Amino acid sequence: MDALIQFWAVYGSLLNFMGINCLLGLSLYVTFSAGLLSLGNAAFYGIGGYTAGILTTHFGAPFPLALVAGTLMAGLAALLLGLPVLRLKGVFLAMATLAFGEVVRIAALNLKVTGGAEGLINIPVITQTWMIYLALAGAAYFLARLHRTRLGWAFQSIREDETAAAAMGVNLTLTKTLAFVIGALLAGLAGGLYAHLNFLITPGEFGFATAVNLLIFNIVGGTRAWYGPLLGAALLTALPEVLRGLGVTAGPIRLFVNGLILLLVILFLPKGLMALFQRRPAPAKG
Amino acid sequence: MLLEIDGISRDFGGVRALDGVGFSVEQGAIHGLIGPNGAGKTTLLNVLSGITPPSGGRVRLEGREIQGQPPHRVAALGMARTFQHIRLFAGLSCLENLIAGQHLKAKRPLLPRLLGLPAARREEEYWRGQAMDILELVGLKARAGFLASALSYGERRRLEIARALASQPRLLLLDEPVAGMRPESLDKVAAVVRTLAQAGMTILLIEHNMNFVMGLCSRITVLNFGRVITSGSPAEVSCHPEVVEAYLGAAVCHA
Repeated sequence: MDALIQFWAVYGSLLNFMGINCLLGLSLYVTFSAGLLSLGNAAFYGIGGYTAGILTTHFGAPFPLALVAGTLMAGLAALLLGLPVLRLKGVFLAMATLAFGEVVRIAALNLKVTGGAEGLINIPVITQTWMIYLALAGAAYFLARLHRTRLGWAFQSIREDETAAAAMGVNLTLTKTLAFVIGALLAGLAGGLYAHLNFLITPGEFGFATAVNLLIFNIVGGTRAWYGPLLGAALLTALPEVLRGLGVTAGPIRLFVNGLILLLVILFLPKGLMALFQRRPAPAKG
Repeated sequence: MLLEIDGISRDFGGVRALDGVGFSVEQGAIHGLIGPNGAGKTTLLNVLSGITPPSGGRVRLEGREIQGQPPHRVAALGMARTFQHIRLFAGLSCLENLIAGQHLKAKRPLLPRLLGLPAARREEEYWRGQAMDILELVGLKARAGFLASALSYGERRRLEIARALASQPRLLLLDEPVAGMRPESLDKVAAVVRTLAQAGMTILLIEHNMNFVMGLCSRITVLNFGRVITSGSPAEVSCHPEVVEAYLGAAVCHA
């Protein structure tokens, strides 16, 4: 029992961050599963976090309500952004969503209501570990089931070949928008949970580095099933602690090890870590 | 008439790829579309399936005007197609290609899935059976679990036809279904097309292999430089002087 308490004291916050990052990994996974390369999910994470945080801190809103509002606000932002930018493909979509991310970060940096560069402070600490993992379990279950629905197959069709998907009846605009919005809803939920974990959120936490991290979670873990990004996010979040255990404390060497893992995965496991757990990608099940 | 094409034009910048093309495809026919390279055959198929909007003219499918509609709407009205350069879902298995291809017919709603209701499983079993039947028709049942990218060239052509069939179309457009195939694979495709036509499906196909076209089609339309030279039975078309000059060469006419 003592060992458990001690473990919790040391690693409790790591488990929280792991859960949040897994949720963020899933948020990009949805968008990815429809072949959309988005770097905007960090911004949706920020929109969810700031919306929920402002509601509880400045307006005394109850936490569940703030969480729902943050989630929906991120989804709404994705809907409005998606209408113009989802016409773009590949790298161009990545650039447009990246620009959106910068707009959101700079807005958070300069607005009064977000607390500017100092960040939003005095956020009530409400989020519990079980809440994060409940949200994560719900999201994972939802996505695992979504995979075999009409919409899930439409996502895969678009990812594989957009022209062929349209010719067999997939409404490209609608389907892509849904993938984008569902991803943003999950990111917004993660943001609301994160904001109430820490007293404080700052604009830098939702910037380019985070956007790229989400991408790396997916690439390292794999994008062919919901558990891929979970593997990636869990491993890469825990890595600094593991390295600390091995006696590596300095900053740059950790980034080096991160990069090395990414490189090794791309070279030897192009389908991500999840390829280690299955014989063939995406087996046909009923 | 299942499909009526009337005065279809399409310009690409200063190039007129299609210039007032008009012909009709009868219900249940196997209709061939031939012509030299650059005649506008694939452009016409792209216009029909909504991928390229026409610059002018009308297309009616079962009396309904469809020109300028997006591809998914046209597909919903009962038109399916294959592509000259095969466009399969390479990362999915053969069976999964067909399951994805059932988009317009299989509802696969989310809620029963989330709740794990038996209805969801029954629906899945039904559509899986439908997909397997189509794979059997095109001779790919034994390949159901293979990745599409692992198939041979001829098999991929047939899988693309199978995926088009998964949406249960009334009109099937095939863009060079036997291009570059060995004779034995070619016969398999011909047999599939005949079976479909006997079952009442209408087929419009582009093909350069004259034996295949002449042996299979009940009517043929010849395009050259974006215009229809003639439409008629294989015998009429192969003896038409302009067709012989533009495309076939004199030796083909046996009339």
